[in-house]
Amino acid sequence: MATTISTYSRNDYINFSVLMVLGFLIIPMTVNSDYWFTSILIPWLCLALATIGQQVIMGYTGQLALGAAGFMAAGAFACFNLILRVDGLPFFGALIISGLIAAAIGIVFGLPSLRIRGIYLMVATLASQFFIIWVIDKFGWFKNYDSSGIITAQDIVIFGRPYTSPVDMYLVILVVVTVMTILAINMARGSTGRNWMAVRDMDVAAESMGVSLLKTKIQAFAISSFFCGVAGALFAFTYLKSLEPVAFDIKLSFKILFMCILGGLGTINGAFIGAGFILLFPVLLNYLGNNVFHGAIDATIISALEQVVFGVLMIVFMIYEPLGMARLWENLKQRFFKKKNK
Amino acid sequence: MSDSQDRNFKIGNPILEVNNISLSFGGVNAITDTSFNVLEHEVRAIIGPNGAGKSSMLNCINGIYKPQQGSIAFKGNKLSKITPNLIAQMGISRTFQNLALFKRMSAIDNILVGRKLHSKASFFDVAFQLPKARREEKVNLKKCEEIVEFLEIEKIKDTPVGKLPYGLQKRVELGRALATEASLLLLDEPMAGMNVEEKREMCRFILEVNEEYGTTMVLIEHDMGVVMDISDRVVVLDYGKIIGDGPPDEVRTNQKVIDAYLGVSHGE
Amino acid sequence: MGSEILFFFEVLVGGLLAGTMYSLVALGFVLIYKASATFNFAQGAMVFFAVLSFVGFMELGLPFFLAFLVTIGLMVVVGLSTERLVLRPLMNQSEDTLLMATIGLGYVLEGLAQAAWGVEVRRLDLGIPDFPIMFIADSIGIFISALDLTAGAVAAFMVISLAVLFTQTKIGLGLRAVADDPGAASSIGIPLKHIMLLVWSAAGVVALVAGCLWGARAGVQFALVDLALKALPVLIIGGFSSIPGAIVGGLIIGSTEKVLEVYIGPFFGGAIEGWAPYVLAVFFLLKRPEGLFGEKIIRRV
Repeated sequence: MATTISTYSRNDYINFSVLMVLGFLIIPMTVNSDYWFTSILIPWLCLALATIGQQVIMGYTGQLALGAAGFMAAGAFACFNLILRVDGLPFFGALIISGLIAAAIGIVFGLPSLRIRGIYLMVATLASQFFIIWVIDKFGWFKNYDSSGIITAQDIVIFGRPYTSPVDMYLVILVVVTVMTILAINMARGSTGRNWMAVRDMDVAAESMGVSLLKTKIQAFAISSFFCGVAGALFAFTYLKSLEPVAFDIKLSFKILFMCILGGLGTINGAFIGAGFILLFPVLLNYLGNNVFHGAIDATIISALEQVVFGVLMIVFMIYEPLGMARLWENLKQRFFKKKNK
Repeated sequence: MSDSQDRNFKIGNPILEVNNISLSFGGVNAITDTSFNVLEHEVRAIIGPNGAGKSSMLNCINGIYKPQQGSIAFKGNKLSKITPNLIAQMGISRTFQNLALFKRMSAIDNILVGRKLHSKASFFDVAFQLPKARREEKVNLKKCEEIVEFLEIEKIKDTPVGKLPYGLQKRVELGRALATEASLLLLDEPMAGMNVEEKREMCRFILEVNEEYGTTMVLIEHDMGVVMDISDRVVVLDYGKIIGDGPPDEVRTNQKVIDAYLGVSHGE
Repeated sequence: MGSEILFFFEVLVGGLLAGTMYSLVALGFVLIYKASATFNFAQGAMVFFAVLSFVGFMELGLPFFLAFLVTIGLMVVVGLSTERLVLRPLMNQSEDTLLMATIGLGYVLEGLAQAAWGVEVRRLDLGIPDFPIMFIADSIGIFISALDLTAGAVAAFMVISLAVLFTQTKIGLGLRAVADDPGAASSIGIPLKHIMLLVWSAAGVVALVAGCLWGARAGVQFALVDLALKALPVLIIGGFSSIPGAIVGGLIIGSTEKVLEVYIGPFFGGAIEGWAPYVLAVFFLLKRPEGLFGEKIIRRV
């Protein structure tokens, strides 16, 4: 892992510019299938953002939390209610407040982390997962007393212009994800991130250097939940286009956990790699099922196999490369550049 | 070193006073009714056979263990609520016996964590890279680069410390403690497991820091030669009790100490 | 006795008996923890895998007992390959890394089970009705289902036999030595392989039995994995390394969640048993992090 000093090299700026041109210009101009936007790019960006949240708490601060989906649900329903009940609140304002609400809940459920760790903390965060979903489900106010259980999300309106087409929504998400990713990188490379990692790697020593465990852990929980909350709101408003608590069940939390770990703990680009892999792999399997085996393999079996592959990868990565795909990518790059230098 | 006439910082009044400390784990006494003091700007060694309670003593001063009895005063203030965090804020830093580095972080990042108490920028400043955060990072980085240079670890500063050899890790840990600019450093076996050459270098670093910044040092060390060379005064612990306290020469000739420690574990 | 008190006891007894089913899942977890010092997150998946395979073998035409034996054999194979392929390569890794690997293992087992046997919900008829026993209902006025009672009896039997196995025999002593330091244990001649074989077989049997009881009640389906997740709060309350702890923890969780559900649930629209065990566990954790029967661990620096 390279040094994390928060100054940026020329390479960083070049990479950033290339990605921005690709994301804001090339993709919108060249990709003209709605399928790619609605089924791949939009969920990829949303889930990558949630995975950054998971990275903050788990990859950087080393706290085994398993409740990202709960905070996503909190953010999604907060956003729905804010837009519904506060006249004239702009979409981005609602998005930020939703994140803050998720962060506040995150602080409460992060408190046990001051005394417990490992699987114990995991169980404590499972409590948040089940509790949040239950509260949203059982108290009608959150769903505006809609009896069907599924509520349609409002249209995204920014400065009076609705953003409803897949490309529009993609661009809105891309703006949010870009800004938040930069903030995350700044924190991760700066003194904030160093405190998180110090707590992760050796908490007693961190404390002896004056790092407050209380402040650092609670801060990490809050920031993590903020990211998950915003991601949840975006996920509901652009991908699901509806709000239902069951969409944010424990399975989604596990999915984000897998994205985080397979992508590479303690990396921001790993969040994007992991989310991309977990989303695209099933697409690939289905494609193979339909086009190579011509539907001879049952869809349920394909999805079961996909689970097996994810599980096997998790074990293999834990044994051979606990730092995940981001590290494989780094190694690959290094090898490539070394050859070039010769 | 014992002749303290020509030092930059003359040895002064007690900076740390340990009064009647007792510590036990589940009925087993690690430290029994122990008192000693550390004078400002001195190099104080704690020696004793394995299990004598040396590390426990540092852990008490640093707030990791809570002694059942007794009190500790630093710069004249009795420390009532002792946590490692508060102790660090008061100006005491330390290294650990079994290396407590942040393994996945680079050497320079480890040292930068030592600047925590000199960092006032909030996560918000850092996230948005506000001037406050940038300025601070620059200053901290400069300080840490100086430490890196002083400890002669420029070559490995970007390597994750988990991959470094033991001797270098010990050096990085010293660097992290130095970065805090604490007035009192607790060094738990800073030279354990090193060869003669590495030990000599480590001694040089410790003495130079003491000489240049006047930092008070409390160190635990097994190598008697090293202890005699660099310390101003020595405390000898055995079974959690003090059996000797004074300048190296005096301790060396103390019969109790010879019996308990020198005579037994070192045949020479 | 007043009818309200009777009703309370009925709820309580029902909860206690249901709790024994959690205990059974937790028991498998404790066994692995004792032998490998690993939090085997995949225990829930093992329950699902075991009972689905069992039902699958019966559908293939195997008689009840043969299917049972074949499934146990299968579970032993699963256990030993886990030990060999997952746990051993990770021997010196941190607890968290091992935990992640067992989460992966859980995914593998769930996926394999569904790929092999399909995803539809199966009924499992053990011949034990899940209706109140009239005899008890008539004589003391409490409605208790025969299945609950059987679960209680089976759990009690398993706990007693495991307790005897681990405290009264040499195997138990060896097991503790192995968990403490596998290298040292094998160097003084404790047959590591035999002990692992035994422990994983026992965990397999426990998983299968738990799966059968759950399956008979709720159908053999994927949701069993979520139910098995409740073994975690049970373990936190009982302590990860204690067989009696698993039982007492299960009873506490089972009874508390039923009592809360019946008496407090209605005010909030019900379904609080979904989270109540976890919240209960959190409060327990803050008061007694090592669990009721766990050993206190002192961290050294």
